[in-house]
Amino acid sequence: MERPLTQHIRPGEYLTAAEYRKTGGYEGLKKALKMTPKEVQETVKRAGLRGRGGAGFPTGLKWSFVPLGPDAPRPKYLVANGDEMEPGTFKDRLLIEGNPHQLIEGMIISAYAIEAEIGYIFLRWAYKKGAQIIEKALAEAYDAGLLGKNILGSGFNFDLYLHTSAGRYICGEETALLNSLEGKRANPRPKPPFPQTSGLFGKPTIVNNIETLSNVPHILRNGADWYQSISLSEDAGTKLFGVSGKVKNPGLWELPLGITLREVLEEYAGGMRDGLQFKGLLPGGASTDFLTKDHLDIKLDYEGVAEAGSRLGTGTMIVLDDKTCVVGMVRNLEHFFAQESCGWCTPCREGLPWTEKILTSIENGTGKMEDLDILAGMTKTLAPGNTFCPLAPGAMEPLQSALKYFREDFERHIKEKRCPWRS
Amino acid sequence: MLSEKEIKEIEEHFAHYPRKQAAVIEALKVVQFHRGYVSDENVEDIARLLEMTPDEVDSVATFYNLIFRKPVGEHVILMCDSVSCWIMGYENLKDHLSQKLGIDIGQTTKDNRFTLLTIPCLGACDRAPAMMVDNELYGNLTPEKIDEILEKYK
Amino acid sequence: MVKINIDGKDYEVEPKDNLLQTLLSLKIDVPYFCWHPAMGSVGSCRQCAVKKYADEKDTKGRIVMSCMEPVVDGMRISVDDPEVKQFRANLIELTMTDHPHDCPVCDEGGECHLQDVTLMSGHNYRRYEYNKRTHKNQYLGPFINHEMNRCIACYRCVRFYRDYAGGRDFNVFASRNRVYFGRYEDGVLQNEFSGNLVEVCPTGVFTDKIFKEHYTRKWDLTTAPTICQNCSLGCNIIAGERYGTIRRITSRYNEKVNGYFICDRGRFGYEYVNSDLRLREPLRRGQASGQLEEVDQKTVFNYFEKLFKKNARFLGIGSPRASLEANHALQMMVGKDNFFAGVNEVDQRLTLKALQILRESPAEVPSLRETENADVVVVLGEDVTNTAPMLALSLRQASRKRPLELPEKMHIPTWNERAVDELLQDERGPFFVLTPTETKLDDIATATYRQVPQNIARLAQAVAHYIDPEAPEVSALTDSEKALAKQIGDELLNAKQPLIVSGTSLQDETLLEGAANIAIALKKRQKTPWIFLTLPEANSAGLALLDEKNLNMAFEKALSEKYDALIVLENDLYRRLETDKVDKLLDAFEHIIVLHYLQNPTTDKANLIVPVGPFTETDGTMVNNEGRAQRYFQVFYPGDTIKESWRWLGQIMAKGNLQKERTLNNLDDFIDALIQDYPQLSAVKDAAPDASFRIAGQKIPRQSHRYSGRTSMQAHINVSEPKPPEDPDTPMSFTMEGYQGPQPGAVLSRYWYPGWNSVQALNKFQIEVGGGLHDGKPGERVLDLSAKEGMSYFTQIPEPFAAQENNFLGVPLYHIFGSEELSIHTKGVAELTPKPYILLNEADTEGLGDQVKVQINDRTVELELRKTTVLPKGAAGLPVGLPDMGAIKFPVWIKISG
Ligand SMILES: Cc1cc2nc3c(=O)[nH]c(=O)nc-3n(C[C@H](O)[C@H](O)[C@H](O)COP(=O)(O)O)c2cc1C
Ligand code: SF4
Ligand code: FES
Repeated sequence: MERPLTQHIRPGEYLTAAEYRKTGGYEGLKKALKMTPKEVQETVKRAGLRGRGGAGFPTGLKWSFVPLGPDAPRPKYLVANGDEMEPGTFKDRLLIEGNPHQLIEGMIISAYAIEAEIGYIFLRWAYKKGAQIIEKALAEAYDAGLLGKNILGSGFNFDLYLHTSAGRYICGEETALLNSLEGKRANPRPKPPFPQTSGLFGKPTIVNNIETLSNVPHILRNGADWYQSISLSEDAGTKLFGVSGKVKNPGLWELPLGITLREVLEEYAGGMRDGLQFKGLLPGGASTDFLTKDHLDIKLDYEGVAEAGSRLGTGTMIVLDDKTCVVGMVRNLEHFFAQESCGWCTPCREGLPWTEKILTSIENGTGKMEDLDILAGMTKTLAPGNTFCPLAPGAMEPLQSALKYFREDFERHIKEKRCPWRS
Repeated sequence: MLSEKEIKEIEEHFAHYPRKQAAVIEALKVVQFHRGYVSDENVEDIARLLEMTPDEVDSVATFYNLIFRKPVGEHVILMCDSVSCWIMGYENLKDHLSQKLGIDIGQTTKDNRFTLLTIPCLGACDRAPAMMVDNELYGNLTPEKIDEILEKYK
Repeated sequence: MVKINIDGKDYEVEPKDNLLQTLLSLKIDVPYFCWHPAMGSVGSCRQCAVKKYADEKDTKGRIVMSCMEPVVDGMRISVDDPEVKQFRANLIELTMTDHPHDCPVCDEGGECHLQDVTLMSGHNYRRYEYNKRTHKNQYLGPFINHEMNRCIACYRCVRFYRDYAGGRDFNVFASRNRVYFGRYEDGVLQNEFSGNLVEVCPTGVFTDKIFKEHYTRKWDLTTAPTICQNCSLGCNIIAGERYGTIRRITSRYNEKVNGYFICDRGRFGYEYVNSDLRLREPLRRGQASGQLEEVDQKTVFNYFEKLFKKNARFLGIGSPRASLEANHALQMMVGKDNFFAGVNEVDQRLTLKALQILRESPAEVPSLRETENADVVVVLGEDVTNTAPMLALSLRQASRKRPLELPEKMHIPTWNERAVDELLQDERGPFFVLTPTETKLDDIATATYRQVPQNIARLAQAVAHYIDPEAPEVSALTDSEKALAKQIGDELLNAKQPLIVSGTSLQDETLLEGAANIAIALKKRQKTPWIFLTLPEANSAGLALLDEKNLNMAFEKALSEKYDALIVLENDLYRRLETDKVDKLLDAFEHIIVLHYLQNPTTDKANLIVPVGPFTETDGTMVNNEGRAQRYFQVFYPGDTIKESWRWLGQIMAKGNLQKERTLNNLDDFIDALIQDYPQLSAVKDAAPDASFRIAGQKIPRQSHRYSGRTSMQAHINVSEPKPPEDPDTPMSFTMEGYQGPQPGAVLSRYWYPGWNSVQALNKFQIEVGGGLHDGKPGERVLDLSAKEGMSYFTQIPEPFAAQENNFLGVPLYHIFGSEELSIHTKGVAELTPKPYILLNEADTEGLGDQVKVQINDRTVELELRKTTVLPKGAAGLPVGLPDMGAIKFPVWIKISG
């Protein structure tokens, strides 16, 4: 099993430029610089790399919407999305803290592919250590002529800066992120136009997830066919999978796409802690639908999880056990989403606090049966397309699936006028 | 008045953007780094430096939850209250901390040593429950571990 | 035209607007909050949802926001689909979760878009059982009240205030359901258009503070369409009355003039009509007492009859603040030779020159709203924000015109407000501001030039010469002036639609000549520019078209010839000539008769005061700065002694048989007489329907069908309801009697339509959203264009300015609040009026204290010294019109000491 992204990462340390080079680092860049930007795009397209930020959009295709050539607006931008604030998600942290040059190389290649001259790494506030490591790695890259003017004598220029955020989950949404980078309130922007044509400072911009970009050097170095070959499914490549919650061995592993859910849970996460039963999980971060025991044998790839009624999302799973109250868990999630609403659109701004309040009262034993109708209505009102951005629809995913799979638990709270899981 | 050091640090960011107003979040963070929080006077100082109005600076400052517009204690404890930490029982730890420090979430101890805040997800879910004190991350927390950690900041 | 299908019905529409706007234009009700026709779509409220179907086979469809949807051929949508109706109901329920139920005590109640949309979307019972979020309110100055708890976060206020009007002291703070719209700290809103927040806000967050002091529900206001009197632009407004006082002014849509908005001076500067200084009964100076004493109407007529018997000679002084009809009536009475425009020589000369340029230069004259479409703007001299405020708002939009080509090229619709903003960032088109000192448009200027008027005129001439070398050459230009002239010239030549803005406020004719020369030069290069010139007052143009003679001439004539009586029409001569001159003029008459509504220094000298109505109590016609004649209508009947000036004068003339076989009974008679004497003004008649106009045989009521309390208003005096006054002058009735259906645009006195109680009802009166009004007329241009393009270059070029030792060239400065004569009677306006001051360049202030003695013309005044780095050295800025500044004759050199 290949683990291109993580095999060289040592816990607690990061790979310096020299160390990274020894692992074959920056070879992909050299190859890319000999190709045309279009050829680089083609390679990534053929490799079948899909965005690892949650939506799974094909990366090469996204790049192909950026205007190329001398008539394209300038400067163009490439942004690495390292906001990673989705609860339950902790995968990009490993890549940033463990192998920053892999990201930097990926960004240089990607920038070359879209002819961008300026890049930003947008890093969440809490990743203090990651920020230090990236600063160091950027300095190393500049010293080595990998960034700045005329990179490796190719005539290609690319400047790369680190931007650390000041909080707010919505900054992870790519257009809100762009506003934040511009020093504005992080409200999402309308789409269309897409950032590929009108993005940062009004110029063509690509936003990719840290993990997505970290894949790029390996694709260039080893080729599209290799990348296709290392997965167990239609979807190419590996994916960082994480598990948190009351399992024996919470953690993060790079595994081929297409591995089964059961394998990850049982072999890597070690199964449930003693005395606890598996009840369900959110497969890809807080804004994905619950899966249950019935889904343990699904394949973890984009299709597989979608067929089971959820999303692969970020691939980091949050496990619910039978001794933990699902109402409390969903309440916690909706509290998060209500708090993180940017305040732009009405359904999200007003609907999420109401949702949270209802869940709180159900959890506290003061809920009513009609409340469940209001919640069900809310999941419809805040459905995809009905709000300005996907934050609120994301917030509805755990709620609607909890109501579907665990409705009894909600009803018990209401009937017993208390939380049966609290003593 | 911003110090020369602060101004220099803010100005270093100007070069990263096509216009200096884009560096307003950086400016707020610089000031907060040096002073713990951003006072009204600082908002006005930043506005002047960036050729913005205080309204414009504060519009941005108040959007972001990690820009503190009110004074905080010497050390800021950010306790993750997100889902994985919740499952792993952060609520008890929060109560423990609250009791130990004699303050609620959002408050600062009388001796001005600690401010206690919650934060959504620290990206340490595999080490839940987790918290950050200043820039240091602590995972797999227990009441005993918290007591130990607090000692370090005494 | 494309075909779209709405709920099974086919429609042909232009694919230019978003779907919401198109639906509203088709008069299909769709609820909305955040969309605004002047600002565009941002998709935040999600209330305007409709169903969109992929094709005929698609029966499920999907919910889309109509404001964010382009209209495309073959589009199939549904407004009535049950699922989307439910969605809209859910949405308004969500909107209302945090909204207080304070309608009974909310000033917006009864004209609240939120109330209308709540009803329209179908939300009756509150299911939300929890606490609402609450906010603290702010003090925002004397005009605007703040009640944040009512906010529904449509972001319209901040979009209007910042993005549309350029204000930077207002914003949105915090996030999620705590978003707060207000200022960084309590304080007066600094933007001149802040009053529009009242109308832009769909609920009661921002309300009219002055209205609040004498509040009345909308349906209890008697309202009429009228014209703002506070500058020369002639913005359209609606004034509302109850119990004999004017309660508020709101904007009235005119697609050519002011569009959707008005400025704060226009909205709030009306309180003089309610003031204690109002003259409501005739006053005659008692022979014994020497004091003005109240007399009856008969005494007035007797007074004149006596004079007529003696064959007294009358000299009449008109007014640029009075209607065409009033001025013409006076002119008829005293005879053309004895009538003088009531403005000083400089104002009149400049106004005439401006009108000549509008008529004879090769430039076209855009309307105020059309100026928004200019892609290159040069402002010569005018500080428009303070002299013609709404022009500043329009020019701000024009500065986006050139950049807007980019989104169009990229197929991003310009109504997609956020997308356009993100794409264009702060991009502005070529915009040049050439004024003596800083202006509020500097923030959008490509380049500014700060010089005294004569140097600005020189630069304008230099631009003309650069464009066409046959234009007169300007000597002794500095290199930077040459470079600027070239830059402006190149941009103008490059423009699709160049606009030259100038005006009379700097009291310098050469500026206007410079503007004209640029226009002529551009025409020589096959460009037809627009020219837009501001004038001193609301009817300056109308008065100048009636008579070219000025006050200084009246002064000469009065002293050299023997006159018995002076009639002053709605004027205060002390604002127009130096005090001693006015004193001398008045001394020359045995009888001084003043027709006015407000006590002032001139009325203090009168032997007879005839009380006339201010604009809210009279009908008439004004001609604005672009030559547009617009009718304004009396709001209410003030009683028998307060009449229109023209009516008084008509009745007085009748006593002396002076009407010359004319019938002069009602307004239409006076208009007929006017165009009989001035055939070139015949369009005045067409500016609005005449008194005989009827709908379904009925008059148009000034009161709504819900008007309440009518039978009890006089009950403390008499239990029987008095006979309602009749209106012989207009097609409107003073009461609720008449046609209560949709009012035709020409006499639209309020926005109301079944289900639409707020200003948003305007949609129902527009032929299409943003277009003209049904059965409406945006006034009529009256300028005679037969000599168009007959103008040749003005060849006089002023000398370059040379600063002098301790002798400063006075430069007039203006303040939106303070420089205008009548609006200052509004308490809030007075509060915002600066104390008299003098502005000098810092370099000129050495040895001067905070207070200085200033010798202007022949008098010395003490003024506060203000310093700037912007005003050129050797110049002294003098705020004109402020109380205690006195009339100043420009050009003036002044000495400063202390
Ligand atoms: C509310 C919200 C939060 C998001 N947060 C993140 C994030 O933290 N990191 C990330 O990479 N993508 C996040 N996304 C997805 C991004 O908008 C975007 O799709 C992604 O960065 C694209 O990168 P990719 O194509 O490489 O996946 C978020 C989306 C939404 C709607
Ligand atoms: S759904 Fe609406 S309010 Fe919520 S984050 Fe997105 S845009 Fe903001
Ligand atoms: S009007 Fe369309 S979303 Fe507000």
